[in-house]
Amino acid sequence: MDTHRISGNRKAYIGLMKLLMVLSAGLTCTLVLFLAGYVLIKGVPNITWELLSTKPSYLSGRIGILPDILNTLYLIIATLVVVIPLGVGAAVYLTEYAQNQRLVAVIEYAAETLSGIPSIIYGLVGMLFFCQFLNMQTSLLAGALTLVIMNLPTIMRTTQESLKTVPQSYREGAFGLGAGKWRVIRTVVLPGCVDGVISGCILSVGRILGESAALLFTAGFAHALNGFFAGLGSAGASLTVALYVYAKEQGEFGVAFAIAAILMLLTLLINLLAASVGRYYKKRRSL
Amino acid sequence: MKQKKQLLETAVHGVFLLLGLITVGCVLLITVYLVLSGLPAIREIGIKEFLLGDTWASTAAEPQFGILPFILTSVYGTAGAILLGVPVGFLTAVYLAKMASAGVKNAVSAVVSLMAGIPSVVYGLVGMMVLVPAIRRIFHVPDGASLLAAIIVLAIMILPSIINVSITALDAVPKEYEDGSLALGATPVETYFRVSVPAAKSGIAAAVVLGVGRAIGEAMAVMMVSGNAPNMPSLFQSVRFLTTAVASEMSYSSGLQQQALLSIALVLFLFIMLINAALNFFLKRRREE
Repeated sequence: MDTHRISGNRKAYIGLMKLLMVLSAGLTCTLVLFLAGYVLIKGVPNITWELLSTKPSYLSGRIGILPDILNTLYLIIATLVVVIPLGVGAAVYLTEYAQNQRLVAVIEYAAETLSGIPSIIYGLVGMLFFCQFLNMQTSLLAGALTLVIMNLPTIMRTTQESLKTVPQSYREGAFGLGAGKWRVIRTVVLPGCVDGVISGCILSVGRILGESAALLFTAGFAHALNGFFAGLGSAGASLTVALYVYAKEQGEFGVAFAIAAILMLLTLLINLLAASVGRYYKKRRSL
Repeated sequence: MKQKKQLLETAVHGVFLLLGLITVGCVLLITVYLVLSGLPAIREIGIKEFLLGDTWASTAAEPQFGILPFILTSVYGTAGAILLGVPVGFLTAVYLAKMASAGVKNAVSAVVSLMAGIPSVVYGLVGMMVLVPAIRRIFHVPDGASLLAAIIVLAIMILPSIINVSITALDAVPKEYEDGSLALGATPVETYFRVSVPAAKSGIAAAVVLGVGRAIGEAMAVMMVSGNAPNMPSLFQSVRFLTTAVASEMSYSSGLQQQALLSIALVLFLFIMLINAALNFFLKRRREE
């Protein structure tokens, strides 16, 4: 192309736009790298074995985050155990059973609405419904059930997407061999949505790990060391809630940064995992 | 035998129908609970005093429950975050979708998805330790925990949603449009901004609306950097958002104060429903295009 034909004004516009785009992308990356670097540099030196393996003790003035780590783990397990069957079931209904387009639209609108509701509102309703109305008190179980509602749309959507990739001919083949609808779903459809469920789980784990506002009033602030079932019945702070309490209310910034660094590393890990799982299934599907 | 099988099929169908309706049930549950628990206080305080009252003194001897400061703070805070975040996010999205090489695109996309995954309390912590002191030093104000700090944190937090949704919209622009423009003599950059962006405008609008929803709903990060005093919004003053008004008093509230907090949540919920409706409008229009 003869670039001399392009007028000065146009050249200036092109140059300016290019510059602005590169600056914006650069700013975005710099922000994230600064954030990650700052948190890791401030936090990693504060991560000690004692911090990771003990519970807080007022007698010795020691802070340990083992209970918070376990609480987070319990929350993740309890939430996934409940949300997977619900989300997969809803997705199966939408792709395999639903005939009425209006009903499908209503269900999908509801799912979209759920994913737009801020977590503080989930926290409030969780407190009113699970803690007070169903009398669960402030407990990890109430927190987990609140998280179930929050993560339902995610599991539903990823499962639905992977169900759409199960070829129609598989279903027709199974029907042709005389299988009933339920048998087709059990033997053909459900095995086909494993990748959707897995990527949905990874997304959900990331969200649960980072959630704080919804847990504040449902799961509480306690730092007691409990087993899984005892833990579900009692109040407990997740890592994020513990970070908030240590930073905002107790001024323990060393501990807060240590937790932040742990969260940052876990987020990084989850992102890498999600990317590699995505690549793996893409490759397998194209075979 | 056949009858038994029929019964099983009907039962299974019923179970799946129930599971399918669960999201609808959840939305209804949340709506009903918020409306039922939010209305009594509004009725007791009076809707005008509640929405337009400019003083919030919930624990005073003669308590006052005016939430205008919270509403305005949320609106200004969100508007500020959009003003700062949208141009950066939008330009980044155009760069990634149209100009960047595959390697750069992959690397930056990975960074953006990391950004989306970082917990909000981590944003809050860094804001508290870096941004708040910086604002105090640069602008010589007594306390850096202010509306400005919240706006900056929110602007950063909404970037990933804006970037990702805009990229999806820009990727979906038919290649023929761009080829046509290039063939007519427009340069690539002119094509991206004068052809691709207008073609993807519904999707980009959806990205902005999604950003508004994220910003108005964020609680924890904002709570850590905004100072949390129920002032009328002003850039360098300590302010309280709708979300943080609920979060900061909920744990020790009771009686009318608690009911008023639930009413604040109801107001926030109405805002979110409006935003959701707008989002759906733009997404639907995008699909139709």
